[in-house]
Amino acid sequence: MLSLSHYLILGAILFSISVLGIFLNRKNLIILLMAIELMLLAVNLNFIAFSHYLGDASGQIFVFFILTVAAAESAIGLAILVVLFRKLNTIHVDDLDQLQG
Amino acid sequence: MNFLTIVFYLFAAILLFAAFRVITTRNPIQAALFLVLAFFSAAGLWLTLEAEFLAIALVMVYVGAVMVLFLFVVMMLDINLDRLREGFWSYLPLAGFVATMLALEMAVVLGSRSFGLSIVPAPLAHAANYSNTRELGLLLYTEYVYPFELAAVVLLVAIVAAIALTMRRRKHTKHQDPSKQVKVKRDQRLRVINMPSERASSTKISGE
Repeated sequence: MLSLSHYLILGAILFSISVLGIFLNRKNLIILLMAIELMLLAVNLNFIAFSHYLGDASGQIFVFFILTVAAAESAIGLAILVVLFRKLNTIHVDDLDQLQG
Repeated sequence: MNFLTIVFYLFAAILLFAAFRVITTRNPIQAALFLVLAFFSAAGLWLTLEAEFLAIALVMVYVGAVMVLFLFVVMMLDINLDRLREGFWSYLPLAGFVATMLALEMAVVLGSRSFGLSIVPAPLAHAANYSNTRELGLLLYTEYVYPFELAAVVLLVAIVAAIALTMRRRKHTKHQDPSKQVKVKRDQRLRVINMPSERASSTKISGE
């Protein structure tokens, strides 16, 4: 029989995989955005699991809002990426040093 | 092992495999396609949690819109893959250690001792005519109507920002400016000149 901890541990493993992805692909902005999407997916899985097992549908409402914000975030992120590529002809993270930080 | 458990383990395995391939594959297009697979199996897992509306919304919003956007951008950019991959393996020991410890620590905290069936019992199954969409709609349009409006504003801002960032006007294209067209006066278009009347010329007569 499935328990809440099954889903929570699955979400934890998914989250760790995306943390690993951010470490490994730190030069590639596109894969970084994809890893962030995976992290949000893990969080959403937790929200829905809690909502189901505690019998409170508010958790699903939160997932609804997270989906909205994540879609807006990835749209703007990709737009910035396109502008960046148009200006610099690269999306390599090391080349993005105009601010001299 | 009932049917639901088998489905859970199958979908979880596919989800973790797809997520792993997203972060390790060379080709960004392959990564985007594996991300589609990950979202799809996550939607299957959400179905086992009786969140039908959100499962379908995930498939439609993510697989249908966001991932198409990702694929579009990946295919539009001309990326030097080898440069992006440099230093990929150098951080693997540290990153692998951190990620493994993260997963292990969370597994210890979230294990069956604190969130097992004896602590959080499985909920009773809903009746056959239970509608997840109806319940979400009732909550969304009453208790959460203000956040709902704010989400709409966030989407509007995202549309405006994405278009404003990527729109550019080429220098040599010909375009109309409607405000100038509306503001134009008669004098700028029509010129009445005063010219003396002419006599019938001799060439016209000879033509007859």
